[in-house]
Amino acid sequence: MDRPVTHPILARPGRLGPYLAATLPLAAILTALLVGTGFAAADAAAVSVPMTLLYAFLSLAAFYPCRAMPLGRARWPLVATTHFTAAILVAAVWIVIGAGLADLLGSFDVFAALPARYRAQAPTLFAAGVLLYLLSAGLHYVLISMENARERERKESELTILAREAELQALKSRIQPHFLYNSLNAIAGLISGNPEGARRMCVELAEFLRRSLAAGERPSIRIGEEVELVRHYLDVERIRFGERLSVEEDVEAGGFDCLVPPLLLQPLVENAVVHGISTLVEGGTVRLEARRAGNRLRIVIENPFDPDAPARPRGGLGLRLVRERLAALYGAEAIFAAKKLDGRHLAIISVPARLAGAS
Amino acid sequence: MTDAVRVLLVDDEEPARALLTEILSRSPGVEVVASCANGFEAVRAAAERKPDAAFLDIEMPKLDGFEVMELLDPAIAVVFVTAYDHYAVKAFDAEAVDYVLKPYRPERLLEALKRARERARQRRPDPARLARALRPAGTYRTRLAVRDGSDVHVLPVSRVDFLEARDDAVLVRAEGKSYRLTQTLSSLAETLDPARFLRVHRSYVLNVDRLRRLELYSKNSHVAILADGARIPVSREGHAKLRELLGADSKS
Repeated sequence: MDRPVTHPILARPGRLGPYLAATLPLAAILTALLVGTGFAAADAAAVSVPMTLLYAFLSLAAFYPCRAMPLGRARWPLVATTHFTAAILVAAVWIVIGAGLADLLGSFDVFAALPARYRAQAPTLFAAGVLLYLLSAGLHYVLISMENARERERKESELTILAREAELQALKSRIQPHFLYNSLNAIAGLISGNPEGARRMCVELAEFLRRSLAAGERPSIRIGEEVELVRHYLDVERIRFGERLSVEEDVEAGGFDCLVPPLLLQPLVENAVVHGISTLVEGGTVRLEARRAGNRLRIVIENPFDPDAPARPRGGLGLRLVRERLAALYGAEAIFAAKKLDGRHLAIISVPARLAGAS
Repeated sequence: MTDAVRVLLVDDEEPARALLTEILSRSPGVEVVASCANGFEAVRAAAERKPDAAFLDIEMPKLDGFEVMELLDPAIAVVFVTAYDHYAVKAFDAEAVDYVLKPYRPERLLEALKRARERARQRRPDPARLARALRPAGTYRTRLAVRDGSDVHVLPVSRVDFLEARDDAVLVRAEGKSYRLTQTLSSLAETLDPARFLRVHRSYVLNVDRLRRLELYSKNSHVAILADGARIPVSREGHAKLRELLGADSKS
């Protein structure tokens, strides 16, 4: 997925030590190898120890071609060619530096025999260098994939947490306490002058609460049920706002069996009332539209608002929660847009039409 | 205490008004002189009927409860009645007499009425405190509610040309008209964005967007010519502040 940008060994101080320690047995093997080809033990050690350490550092460069060509995504011939070329280059550099070292040591009497011996064994050393580079490339691939796996895991758990949080927030915010307080206050006001209205409001409020609580328990509900729930909400608000609030519904019967997450529309309709109708002295109409077009379900909530009204607290929160919820549930499949147009606010949702009964 | 308390109430919901009216008018010594559905009506009714106390909802169309309070005679005791508890601190800062949460017991409303009765005509709330309360912390006001006779206008601050101190009030000049606000120039100025509104003179605060040019008036003072041709005096300090704010533009 994501390329690690930092070197898996150099960028982590804790890893460099073990990595260098791991080269010590290699130095011993190389020494033994050289002694086997006729080197004196001191000569062999004097060459192999510094050269192994040097090569340990040179091999760290294998990270860059490894990062540029992730296994499984780059084409195999390209990966092989690149690494062989790199191996030959790095090994050649190593051999040349080694020759320099042998010559330098050869200027001391003790190591007088070294340069000639070194030259004789250079092809063997070169072959060893190529193999060691390839080993290092393998090691880098392992480290990179380990790092990628860890990163992916972290991202995945982050996403899960985000989705769960959005869901939780949505559930918490589904019934605004102020809506309840204002409704109860309205009932108190209606009791003596308009007992019929008070009774109606109690029933609508109870119906809305019952449906909200039941809907919250389910992962999805039919759009028809959601519209029904919203209708009860609007009935309550219509008693509070009187003639200032009117409602227009344009819900296509064909869309009725589509499934939506519960209480998806309610916060949007509540926004339409709280941030729209209630900011207008004369009020206005909340329009709710839901229709199925092919395999998409399209929902529009439209309301007038006062563009000059100062933003009320919690403004925008409802929209953000709807957006997060849709993203968590449908990913890129969901479209949500909220826009203001000539004093009207439009919230538009488009989600894949999933039918009740079909899995 | 012999006179009846004259009460005005404002709520944009009919049932809420009915409840307030019912409880208040049942109480002896209270006369509900106006019951209004929005802030505009309330300001107009207050000018005509001279109430002693006002019971205001907060979230209402056009003018919110605090803006209504600002336009009312400061002698009127204000009680906020709302379902929202998060305005309580602001209400306290604005020196409201009481803050009643909906829904409420009748006794709670009558207790607020008692407080209003005690406060009415006794103490004038400090307009500076009210102005500060109207501004959320760390922000500046974007609009002013002003009165023009019995009409109320909501004026975006971008339309204000300048403010002028006049006696114990401020004249707000905007688009050739002037509106009177009962507060001091300093208290009003400190609620406005200092990058736009600059005190250029003891008695004047200028919207720098309106400045057309500066002319030397006398040795120590300048006069600012505004886009609409209005001329306002600029003191030496004001001139220095203007130069600092406008930077290189005014130096050339």
